[in-house]
Amino acid sequence: MKPEELMTMMEKARADTFEHELRVCTESGCMSLQSDVLQKALSDEVKRRGISDKVCVKGVGCMGLCCNGPLVKADKAMYQFVKPEHAPAIVEALATQPIKELLCDTQQPFFTRQKLVVREHFGIVDPENLMDCIAHGAYQALLKTVTTMTPPQVIQEISDSGLRGRGGAGFPTGLKWATVSKAGGTTKYVICNGDEGDPGAFMDRSVMEGDPHRVLEGMAIAAYAVGAENGVIYVRAEYPLAVKRLTKAINLARRHELIGHNIFGTKFSFNVELRLGAGAFVCGEETALIASVEGKRGVPRPRPPYPANYGLFGYPTLINNVETYANIAPIINKGAAWFAQIGTEKSKGTKIFALTGKIKNTGLIEVPMGIALRDIIYDIAGGIPDGKAFKAVQTGGPSGGCIPADLLDITVDYESLAKAGSIMGSGGMIVMDETSNMADVARFFMEFCMTESCGKCIPCRVGTYEMHELLDRICEKRGTPEDLQLLKDLCDMVKQTSLCGLGQSAPNPVLSTLRYFEQEYQNLIAEAQAARGQTTHADTSEHIELEVLP
Amino acid sequence: MSAVTSTTQSITLTIDDKAISCRSGETILQVARENNIDIPTLCYLEGLTVWGGCRLCMVEIAASPKLHAACATECTEGMTVRTTSPRLKQYRKMIVEMLFAERNHVCSVCVSNGHCELQNMATKLEIDHVRFPYRFPHLAVDNSHDYMRLDHNRCILCLRCVRVCGEIEGAHTKDVKGRGVLSAIIHDLDEPWGDSQTCTGCGKCVNVCPTGALTHRGTAVGEMTKKTEFLPYLTLMREVKL
Repeated sequence: MKPEELMTMMEKARADTFEHELRVCTESGCMSLQSDVLQKALSDEVKRRGISDKVCVKGVGCMGLCCNGPLVKADKAMYQFVKPEHAPAIVEALATQPIKELLCDTQQPFFTRQKLVVREHFGIVDPENLMDCIAHGAYQALLKTVTTMTPPQVIQEISDSGLRGRGGAGFPTGLKWATVSKAGGTTKYVICNGDEGDPGAFMDRSVMEGDPHRVLEGMAIAAYAVGAENGVIYVRAEYPLAVKRLTKAINLARRHELIGHNIFGTKFSFNVELRLGAGAFVCGEETALIASVEGKRGVPRPRPPYPANYGLFGYPTLINNVETYANIAPIINKGAAWFAQIGTEKSKGTKIFALTGKIKNTGLIEVPMGIALRDIIYDIAGGIPDGKAFKAVQTGGPSGGCIPADLLDITVDYESLAKAGSIMGSGGMIVMDETSNMADVARFFMEFCMTESCGKCIPCRVGTYEMHELLDRICEKRGTPEDLQLLKDLCDMVKQTSLCGLGQSAPNPVLSTLRYFEQEYQNLIAEAQAARGQTTHADTSEHIELEVLP
Repeated sequence: MSAVTSTTQSITLTIDDKAISCRSGETILQVARENNIDIPTLCYLEGLTVWGGCRLCMVEIAASPKLHAACATECTEGMTVRTTSPRLKQYRKMIVEMLFAERNHVCSVCVSNGHCELQNMATKLEIDHVRFPYRFPHLAVDNSHDYMRLDHNRCILCLRCVRVCGEIEGAHTKDVKGRGVLSAIIHDLDEPWGDSQTCTGCGKCVNVCPTGALTHRGTAVGEMTKKTEFLPYLTLMREVKL
């Protein structure tokens, strides 16, 4: 595609407007509530009335408030809990007043306190329709990059923006790109890590389902910056819809020569292929992911050498998370300075969080870095339902930790969360109320780590099993004070000696619950001891009769 | 005559307060062993690719908050390494204790009793009891091969057998199935060893196995001694150089 063609396409697509638009969320959350049936019902209704030229029905990305789904946007009004049988009424109401019973308040803090950067086109564009995406500015950043910027300029721009990896560790993205660009050799790879596996996290899935072209565009820009010609998107096979949308997006982009050879008539070529994960959480770790793409058993290897120097098939490789790539296009379009003014001094931009657990509004939010945790829990998420009290929030999934009520005023950024004993992680937030027992929470996450440990290194393979066994004893009221001490020793050892991030962070849920809620562990052990005292007493009072055989 | 140029450079470093010189590209473990400094290992075997799984060779490097696996860390100029400390000793002890708790290692009835690297390691690290809950898994013994035997109960998953089979013999009969504590050594596509079409019967796996997991059939308690004469030549036996 020539640069002019993209502009003509954009203008043409923008001219194609309808009087009314009905946008139905067609991401996994709402789809599970039959939003695809609803979308069909709406288009049938529109066809039946013969107003197809005036009303456009389209499937769009996630609008955030998943707990009230399926969500439908009818022009300016947003409807919640929509069922297929509401279709005639909704189409009817387009010409008149919105239906009051179905209306969802878009002025509530859940919507007003968000800042959309990555998700700016969610709920607006049809992810399966390239023309629609182009109408909203897709591939403009790529055009700008390859036609007006040099690779060092792109890297400088990303460094200036202060963007940090959204996969969890928060490594500066610009620095990573610079490292790969400086690695020798002409063959390089760019990998998109879409192996999101944390319990309670679905940000990357949403981005891949809701705006796949933005991920592709980010990858292409990254490839241009580091000098790579090949890209791999690694998605877990448990995300069939994301796989379908990405496949479609790649095919469409390839057909329109937005990826492929000599993009926009320049010397830059970029090819992408999709690889599916086979259900191992550890393949989110970069070296294990590379092994998996190479067709080997998905186990991590010791670093260094880092993938930046020795990655896929031994070539320098850039690995970033889905959300990181999705941040690239806005940075290029609006400039590093614009991006850098969002967020805190060391954590720039916005972060998507998946809100789950004991809160009123579960779903997906995008907030600027530096927002207070309290604002997220009580304002955006609407607090704890059923009049229960807040107890803790787990951030970062099984690699993170819990944050108790008295630390709710901390701000959400990489440093503050680390200081509180948790991590930013990929963005899962699981809220727990007073009914949750924290030792049980730790046991849940440890069970996850135990079943997901690859088995390569002994501390993680056996250590997670032993920690789970000890937690099980404590939770089932069979624990002793020695068990608790052993658990603490194990946490320290597994953290220090494990090979990869999975093992090194597996003890975090235990360590953080011990840090803030050790009393709960002590109580369980005290109960166990009390019960044991009673049974011992009962045992001695009973006589065992032995029969002597001749 | 122009000066001889070489890509390898000499490096000086300190291991356990001892000033040592080595070539660039050499690992801490190699250099330490060359200088008679003992770092315990179970999965490392010279000539096989570095695995980094047993974590016994973890060492402290000055000015680094993390521990490093000596087998996988290359020496750098001016590095100060400490191969033993109360903390490292404690961790190593725990790792070996965990191995004993993981599967059914009963030395008194083991064919390798007295010739076992795991047993020797436990003695060396002064392990007199295991603090962890035992798993007591139900594991099979593969006795289907004509003259070799795989006892999963005694396997520590060091994967020396898998590596020697793939890298030296070139058969790649052995690999791993499952994950976490449920990982296990398999032959071909998880078939009985005796049915394997790819196994050449070379017996290298038996001789590199540190425990009594891979043994010759027909050995009684304590009778299984491994032939280790060929081990120093593993590097020479490789087709693909490291």
